[in-house]
Amino acid sequence: MSTTPFTPQNDATVTADVRHTDAMCTNESELNHPWWYNFKYMAIGIVFGIVFVKAEVVSWFRIQEMFQLTSFHMYGVIGTAVMVGMLSIALIKKFQVKSIYGETITIDDKKFNKGQIIGGLIFGTGWAITGACPGPLYAQIGAGFLPVFVTLFSALVGTWVYAYLRPKLPH
Amino acid sequence: MLELLRQPWHWSVAGLFIGLTVPALLILGNKKFGISSSLRHMCAMTVPAGLSFLKYDWKKEIWNMFFVVGVLIGGFIANNFLSNPDAVEVAAATKARLVEYGITSFGSLMPADIFSVENIFSAKGLVFFVFGGFLVGFGARYAGGCTSGHAIMGISSLQWPSLVATIAFMLGGFFSANILLPLIFKLF
Repeated sequence: MSTTPFTPQNDATVTADVRHTDAMCTNESELNHPWWYNFKYMAIGIVFGIVFVKAEVVSWFRIQEMFQLTSFHMYGVIGTAVMVGMLSIALIKKFQVKSIYGETITIDDKKFNKGQIIGGLIFGTGWAITGACPGPLYAQIGAGFLPVFVTLFSALVGTWVYAYLRPKLPH
Repeated sequence: MLELLRQPWHWSVAGLFIGLTVPALLILGNKKFGISSSLRHMCAMTVPAGLSFLKYDWKKEIWNMFFVVGVLIGGFIANNFLSNPDAVEVAAATKARLVEYGITSFGSLMPADIFSVENIFSAKGLVFFVFGGFLVGFGARYAGGCTSGHAIMGISSLQWPSLVATIAFMLGGFFSANILLPLIFKLF
């Protein structure tokens, strides 16, 4: 067990650092848990990966159908997910639900910058070529589509090149 | 039961589970659903190269790596223990167009014409894996998130910049699938 004393709501005092720049999913939790506490996120990931493959979200064909407007499937998946997510967050806010460790659940506001448009267009272009956004990349590799290792590695290179060029890019 | 699980799952079931990931991560540890950040964490772990964008304590975000390894394991389980015995169905109109482009293998989740190991060191591999992957990684980070972080987490928490990003994703995809890909397929 961690020896760090636990104080709820201590996250408000933490100043933002660069992790939060251009990212949705960083967090300010100051809880200092042993590393194996993270296995619960792996469990969620496993369910998520199974759903991705079983609903064929990882299929290159499904992505082509989406962008050729020949099937409702992907719109149904994303639309339902957004509805469920929206309702969940509304309920969490309304009832001020806390995390299982008693932390206040916080969601930072995202600031607009031009990257969301330029980067978004670039991302969408890649999405239709590879048939995968980052989540399905992992699931495809797990499902045995070995060439996707190359795609994932290339996505890492793309991420690194963005980090390198960032000061020169319009935001 | 196993037979039912082996069938392709309905979009509403998939949407429900994917949507529930949002509150699950929030309640389990105040974590915000997002996947493309894992790519950034891997860069920060391996080649930070003194870049300010990669200079942060990635250990604080290690949960995200556990999550994506889980997604990979989930893909393995689904494919090995729950795989669909029947061929994957593709909408007739899309199938007809893809046949025109020269795709011949239907039935799997990914066309073997493109996603085969032999293609890794070919011009096709260069376009579909190397170029495509680069755009996904570069674009997601430039946009500040991918489909999960913006389209699902961002819109769910009513952030309009995420809606803008999602519209840009879709426009990029429409352009790519309908204008760029037909040109790319002419090369092969």
